Amino acid sequence: MIDFIVRRLIAIIPVLTVVAILVFLMLRLTPGDPAAVIAGDNATSDQIADIRTKLGLNEPIWTQFVIWIGNMLQGNFGESFFFKKTVAELIAQRIEPTLALAVCTLIFAVSISVPIGVLAAYRQGSLVDRVVMGFSVVGFSVPGFVIGYCLIYVFAIELGWLPVQGYIRIGVNFWGFLERMILPSLTLSVGFIALISRITRASVLEVLNEDYIRTARAKGLSNRVVLMRHALRNAAVPILTVIGLGIAILIGGAVVTESVFGLPGLGRLTVEAVLSRDFPTIQAVILMFSVVYVVVNLLIDISYTLFDPRIRY
Amino acid sequence: MFEFKKSLATVLAVASLGGLLGATGAEAQTLKVVMHSDVKILDPIWTTAYIQRNHGYMVWDTLFAVDEKFDVKPQMVDKYSVSADNLVWTFTLRDGLEWHDGKPVTAEDCVASIKRWAARDSMGQKMMGSVANLEVVDAKTFKMNMKEPYGLVLQSLGKPSSNVPFMMPKKSAETDPMQQIKVEDVIGSGPFIFKADEWKPGEKIVYVKNTKYKPRSEPANGLSGGKVVKVDRVEWLAIPDVQTQVAAIQNGEIDMIEAPGHDLLPLLAKDKNIKLVNFNPTGNQYVFRFNSTAKPFDNAKVRHAVFVAFAQEDFLKATIGDPQWYKVCKAPFVCGTPFATDAGMADVLNGNAAKAKQLLTEAGYDGTPIVLMQSTDLQVLTNLAPVAKAQMERAGFKVDMVSMDWQTLVARRVKKEPPNAGGWHAFLTSWVAADILNPVMAGFYNASCEKAMFGWPCDETIEKYRDQFAKETDPAKQMQIVESLQKYWVDHPTHINVGQWYAPIARRTNIDGNLTAPVPVFWNVTKK
Repeated sequence: MIDFIVRRLIAIIPVLTVVAILVFLMLRLTPGDPAAVIAGDNATSDQIADIRTKLGLNEPIWTQFVIWIGNMLQGNFGESFFFKKTVAELIAQRIEPTLALAVCTLIFAVSISVPIGVLAAYRQGSLVDRVVMGFSVVGFSVPGFVIGYCLIYVFAIELGWLPVQGYIRIGVNFWGFLERMILPSLTLSVGFIALISRITRASVLEVLNEDYIRTARAKGLSNRVVLMRHALRNAAVPILTVIGLGIAILIGGAVVTESVFGLPGLGRLTVEAVLSRDFPTIQAVILMFSVVYVVVNLLIDISYTLFDPRIRY
Repeated sequence: MFEFKKSLATVLAVASLGGLLGATGAEAQTLKVVMHSDVKILDPIWTTAYIQRNHGYMVWDTLFAVDEKFDVKPQMVDKYSVSADNLVWTFTLRDGLEWHDGKPVTAEDCVASIKRWAARDSMGQKMMGSVANLEVVDAKTFKMNMKEPYGLVLQSLGKPSSNVPFMMPKKSAETDPMQQIKVEDVIGSGPFIFKADEWKPGEKIVYVKNTKYKPRSEPANGLSGGKVVKVDRVEWLAIPDVQTQVAAIQNGEIDMIEAPGHDLLPLLAKDKNIKLVNFNPTGNQYVFRFNSTAKPFDNAKVRHAVFVAFAQEDFLKATIGDPQWYKVCKAPFVCGTPFATDAGMADVLNGNAAKAKQLLTEAGYDGTPIVLMQSTDLQVLTNLAPVAKAQMERAGFKVDMVSMDWQTLVARRVKKEPPNAGGWHAFLTSWVAADILNPVMAGFYNASCEKAMFGWPCDETIEKYRDQFAKETDPAKQMQIVESLQKYWVDHPTHINVGQWYAPIARRTNIDGNLTAPVPVFWNVTKK
């Protein structure tokens, strides 16, 4: 197992190298000039040129790359072109809302989607099954921002139960934090629930046809025990896989959800950085997301062994 | 199901109560505002962006300031005088001016601030061209010794919009003008104090009332007069989504939106708890900018043909829509300001396609496609380029409209390559009226070739008029120069003004006191 983890961790290096090169090159090749953005509308060409020089953007592209990689290897993510702050500081400031959103969404999504997926499989062909699958189609099809606006209209504007936007740190006011997390995580959960419930249904259906399930029933075990102990546990591997893959959906969805609900998280930082061509910030955030994605999937792989003793690394 | 609903309602009610309990009593005097952009940069001299200018007015003060009618009035200055030969200006600061760290504001601070500002601002550079030196007389007095009389000393020091000559402590003002000041150096003498410890880029920026600030005795008027702060704290919240901004103000979570989109104004107008207020009656001006170095726009007659082909109202209808938020105004220096005049404008901006066609034939236009850049992500600009394209095509131009996001446009407009190789012929943008009050202040009139703004017009006559205007000290004669310049400029345009528009603020009805000014300011604003 330790060998496996070490091998997987070493495999992160080439992945990150490729991501780093791609991100760096794509940013330099796309149109846009951070110096022109910084200088503002009234700036002259000379002023813009001066800012480019100060930012080191007039250096050859490979020199810029080597400097950046060199700094990264020393743990220095660089300084944002715009904020007089290091990128590490910016990320540290913005990570909490995104982390909170991701955790709340995962809790919402898993606690809703797995039971309804199992229920849909157990009641295959029934009204419950059709409703769950119907919801799943809608959940996939409706864009997150539309769901967000609808939830804002109903729960904030019409009912006045929840705030429209904003974020309060968990340590400052727990209830304030919670009430500001409900709508964004519900919004982000919808697509996730649709995905996981579908996979859960399919996996459980497959398992329910296995001989050992028939044996379990023949032994006189209750439906609940058969479903939870035998069926769900054996269906867990594909479900976990899809949760792991869903982290990418979460990261992408956070960009939109954070904008709609005014959450000052990493998703919005990414959008702001892209719109203002803040190269050091974009590079660092994308690299960080890549690390998160790889590590989460490693954890998912490790968790397989908890559910299926046949899997050994 | 009923049980579930009841439980959910209970949880949500408790959650809401928790939120209320978490609030502090001081919140009653906290003004929560969504500005047009987040504050990422803290140095209003380093960049010309409007959000930094607005931030500047919170923290720093100015020597002079304009009133509602754009007349320049003393602000930090108590008294000033100019010698009979117009060669020596003497300024004395008011008593009791203090930086936020408690140190007194000195003449030395002001001299350093003027120098740094002038290094970045085109109007400042022009003024310093006529300045022999700046001399500190005593702690409160300094002199500006001129090489030659200069007519825009007060207008320059009282310049209302980017870059504004904000006065900073000497330590901050000695920062290289090409570098930002440090966060810890955001220390002003203005009516609000910046809370560095609460600044979270992308979330909020916080200012608290400067209790030691000594306002002038005159009532507030425009950007001049007594800056009396009537709230304890102002928070500018970063909510990027316009729909969410509207929902937040409807829900009472914020007090004010600086620039709600024009398509959302009817929705806001219907809400009895929200009022739309046009605090800036001179508004903004849409502008079509030529690249005067690219064929065929290197030919003044072709540029004039565009002027003849355009009709302002089509642009305004397409972008703003509701006539209460726009004005057809031919005066290039903006209707309602001191140098507004229609001199020379009778035959242009009438949408005369036939006349434009004739001019194009006379100019020998060879059908070169005009590369017109369209910004697609800024709602107030998006629909301008299609209108320009239609009006130009009606006059016989071939137009290749290239769509891109604003930041791509900003990067491309500084490129001097040929239009078909990554350069450009024209684009449309907007200016705040306070930026274009006269030919020296308005950057697009700068026709000094390579030193001019993107578009790089090269016209000795325009430059001669601008110099004459700057050096003229008699306002009546300045007006004559403006009229002469304008008549010449119509035939040799560097850009075209395609209409005036207004962006009202949306505020809750318990908010009052927004001053009529070219810049949104927060002194005098009350919250009941």
